Amino acid sequence: MIVLDHVSKTYQGNQGSIQALKDVSLSIDKGEFVFVVGLSGSGKTTLFRLLLKEMEPTSGNIFMNNKNIGKLRRDQIPKFRRGIGVVFQDFKLLKNRTVFENIAFAQRIIGVPNRRIKKNVMDVLKLVGLQDKYRAKPSELSGGEQQRVALARAIVNNPPVLLADEPTGNLDPTNSTEIMKLLEKINKRGTTVVVVTHNTKIVDEMQKRVVNLNQGEIVSDEKKGGYVYV
Amino acid sequence: MYSFTNGIRQGIRNIFKNGLFSLASIGTITACLFLFGVFYCMVVNFQHIFSEVETTVGVTVFFEEGTGEDRIKEIQTMIEEREEVNEVHYTSAEEAWKLYKEKAFPEGDNEVLTNLDNDNPLAESASLEVYLNDAGAQKELVDYISAIPDVRKVNASESVANSFVSFGRLLGYVSMAIIVILLAVAIFLISNTVRVGIDVRRDEITIMKYLGATDFFVRAPFLVEGAIIGLIGSLIPLAAMFFLYREIVKFVTEHFSALSSLLHFLPVKDIFIVLIPATLIIGLGIGLIGSYITLIRRVRV
Repeated sequence: MIVLDHVSKTYQGNQGSIQALKDVSLSIDKGEFVFVVGLSGSGKTTLFRLLLKEMEPTSGNIFMNNKNIGKLRRDQIPKFRRGIGVVFQDFKLLKNRTVFENIAFAQRIIGVPNRRIKKNVMDVLKLVGLQDKYRAKPSELSGGEQQRVALARAIVNNPPVLLADEPTGNLDPTNSTEIMKLLEKINKRGTTVVVVTHNTKIVDEMQKRVVNLNQGEIVSDEKKGGYVYV
Repeated sequence: MYSFTNGIRQGIRNIFKNGLFSLASIGTITACLFLFGVFYCMVVNFQHIFSEVETTVGVTVFFEEGTGEDRIKEIQTMIEEREEVNEVHYTSAEEAWKLYKEKAFPEGDNEVLTNLDNDNPLAESASLEVYLNDAGAQKELVDYISAIPDVRKVNASESVANSFVSFGRLLGYVSMAIIVILLAVAIFLISNTVRVGIDVRRDEITIMKYLGATDFFVRAPFLVEGAIIGLIGSLIPLAAMFFLYREIVKFVTEHFSALSSLLHFLPVKDIFIVLIPATLIIGLGIGLIGSYITLIRRVRV
């Protein structure tokens, strides 16, 4: 499903080059639930951005569904991204639109007809437990609720992969656990879920595969485990 | 379909969101296209008046002694066949004498002159008066006629023809230069307006990119914004020109009646049949180019 083959990424800065990822090789199967953990500067976010094809690796290849994403043409990138649901720490909701419109927006971008949008949006809102709040604006929701809307938006187009970057970073422990339960629920429907986080508590609770990055290198890859402290 | 309607809706919204920048852009395009209109009116009216004057700028051809009327008519046909020639008028020796008499003695009662009728002193003064379509081609024509056998002398008022041509060219160059500078300013301002719009909507654009929006979907609202600004900026000067042109023509005709025989202005219809589409296309073009320049630099998926 997702394969990183000897991937390195070096940033060129004013004060020399910084190697964010060093020869990283990783394979994630279809339907897996994986945590990518590590301290700040360990390369988690670089990995996340590479998987979204926001930037290119300095060396190595990344495959998704057996396709080398490095070989995608610029005009093929939007279609590639439609196969990935994304969730961010800061939710990234459109503040001036309702919950319904925020989720419908994802469907409109890919050209889903209006009559189907209503049903699809209400279905995912039901899944995240916010069907009664479809008219609310993001500012009227709690942090946990906003993240649930973001999750609903990420899965409304049924992507085979869901990437979450610090999805619990702005949430209290109760809401964090709820979001994790939702991610697990989504994973059980067959979606491959990759969560980048440094939240030790939820990683320990979930007992899923944990890939630990340190200074751009994979230092451990536990099939079923907790947060590894380096 | 949604891309299209979304583009229009968001584009209109952008204009109001960046109200001041939009107004500045519209103002510059208006100024630019107003000047374009003014220069266009000046140039076409000048050309119109010039073309009328051109036909009065003539070349007079005199012949060698003993050149018969048949030969003169033959030369007349040769000259008439040339493209730059509008009209050729033949003045026989008799007509030349008659004209001289009328000019010298307007009362027409001088017996001495009447006695000379049978011994015409201007017997060798038959001439051809040649009127041109294009004063710029006068030198070429004079060279051509001078080379024809039996032609003694060619009189031409070169300085008049040359000054008409140079003034026409100068006006054209100056107006082109001013318009090009204003176009560049307008494009720069529109690209800035769109840049502010992009900055305001940076988060939204980022979200769109993550959700798999195409370049067209993200860029369409900004292109619509540029196009609408360009169109508004072209409609305002058109309306102003339409009103002002009539008033100015009326004013000049009424207050400078001495010039009325020389200044024949083109009717409003003849001016605007070209000015309306040209201004709208330029306005739209400025708007689209201005936004596109910013978009290719700042919005990429």
